[in-house]
Amino acid sequence: MKILHQIGEYLYIMLQAFKRPDKGFVFRRQLLLDLKRIGSDSIGIVAIVSLFLGAIIAIQMAYNIDSPFIPNTIIGFSTRQMMVLEISPTFISMILAGKVGSRIASEIGTMRITEQIDALRVMGVNPANYLILPKITAAVIYFPILIIFSIFLGVVGGWISSIVTGIVPSAEYINGIRDWYDPFTISYAMIKTVVFAFIITSVSAYKGYTVKGGSVEVGQASTDAVVQSSILIIFFDLLLTQLLLT
Amino acid sequence: MIEVQHIYKSFEGATVLQDINTSFEQGKTNLIIGQSGSGKTVLMKCCIGLYDVDEGNILFNDREFAHLAEKKRQQIRQEMGVLFQGGALFDSFNVEENIMFPLNMFTNMSPKEKKERVNFVLEHVDLAGTNRKFPSELSGGMLKRVAIARAISLIPKYLFADEPNSGLDPKTAERIDGLLSDLTKKFNMTTVINTHDMNSVLQIGEKISFINKGKLWWEGNNKEVLKTDNEELNEFIFATALTRRIKE
Ligand SMILES: Nc1ncnc2c1ncn2[C@@H]1O[C@H](COP(=O)(O)OP(=O)(O)OP(=O)(O)O)[C@@H](O)[C@H]1O
Ligand SMILES: [Mg+2]
Repeated sequence: MKILHQIGEYLYIMLQAFKRPDKGFVFRRQLLLDLKRIGSDSIGIVAIVSLFLGAIIAIQMAYNIDSPFIPNTIIGFSTRQMMVLEISPTFISMILAGKVGSRIASEIGTMRITEQIDALRVMGVNPANYLILPKITAAVIYFPILIIFSIFLGVVGGWISSIVTGIVPSAEYINGIRDWYDPFTISYAMIKTVVFAFIITSVSAYKGYTVKGGSVEVGQASTDAVVQSSILIIFFDLLLTQLLLT
Repeated sequence: MIEVQHIYKSFEGATVLQDINTSFEQGKTNLIIGQSGSGKTVLMKCCIGLYDVDEGNILFNDREFAHLAEKKRQQIRQEMGVLFQGGALFDSFNVEENIMFPLNMFTNMSPKEKKERVNFVLEHVDLAGTNRKFPSELSGGMLKRVAIARAISLIPKYLFADEPNSGLDPKTAERIDGLLSDLTKKFNMTTVINTHDMNSVLQIGEKISFINKGKLWWEGNNKEVLKTDNEELNEFIFATALTRRIKE
């Protein structure tokens, strides 16, 4: 029952959010702010995590495939594939769920309990539209950029680790990442990313928007936002993979 | 004038307001008083249309409001200024942007006109020159005054203030009361103030509505309020040692 109520409430709020903004310049201004808060502010963490993950994957691949019959190029190839197919779109999205989701839920939740959302309504604003639409838009625009960036850095991380540890010669690693390139894998990664961006921002915004009570409830909402969007990400990961790759 | 006609409001079965029937007069400071939890905030939020009433009606100068659709309500809301209990300033905007917000939403003023209006209202609340400050850099009393400045930036016909001076020292509290009362006279507004501050009641209570347990219990002005024989009202007024001493 509670789940059904929540889904109904979520859909109702999204319907409010996806109305056309009354004032274009207000929307554009919010969008710019959110592109920074949701996108640019996440570059650092995405960069660090991707570089290290790429490095770790390359080393693990080399460890797994320690056979003279398998060419060394497989290491570059599989690092690239892992980054493109799963690590960047899903794992990095999970990290962004933690970073961006908790931020959105606590920001909107605080506005709810301090009556700022009421104030918006009194001043002629549709608060769901004003607060939520720019955030979803910003994430849907910016996350694909972050994920491409993450794929690139992951591959670079693998390359650096193979040089530093000497597991594969640089030239073979680079040959590996050029092997069997199928552009559809990138489309698959981008489709997942856009869906996850929508899940993270809309679920977190919903959690914040419906907070009742005080600061404890805001904290709870921000935890719920991260947990629920992570679960949904994994679920949709399976669903989309099943749909797109089989 | 705002007419509140027999309104009822309940939340999930719990009745909060019962048959409230009163009016708030133009050019006067109308006070809603009552204990914490008596329903003052809910009554105010019904008046500004943030809560839908279950029954009854609310008229703004004979214009029906309570049962309008949200879009239609915006027209009357352009004539309202609201000061929320905690100020409700937008944290990510500075003072000037906060005050400009309703101007951006409701008017087609030029940037220059807007700037002039911001400075005009800031002067009225004695905060000229704070345009670039952020809410986090202001004291509680200053926050309240910025919130008042935002509430009056459209020079509203109707001004609502929910406990404008709670949590402030007596001197600042009195200053805010004086400010609201002066603005009411100057702009001939219909001002509605929620309070449980006895000093405000005596200083600026031109029309006082006492709410007790969600019902309208007593109405009158600040002269009458001290002489009433209404038991619950007396209990409310003479709840503190200070007011009891004054009575004696
Ligand atoms: N959104 C809501 N949902 C459910 N109950 C509510 C809601 N808002 C208020 N109430 C209940 O209505 C009653 C009156 O609350 P209200 O906030 O109007 O009190 P108040 O007179 O403003 O008190 P205070 O002086 O402490 O601000 C309380 O019992 C409160 O629990
Ligand atoms: Mg209240």
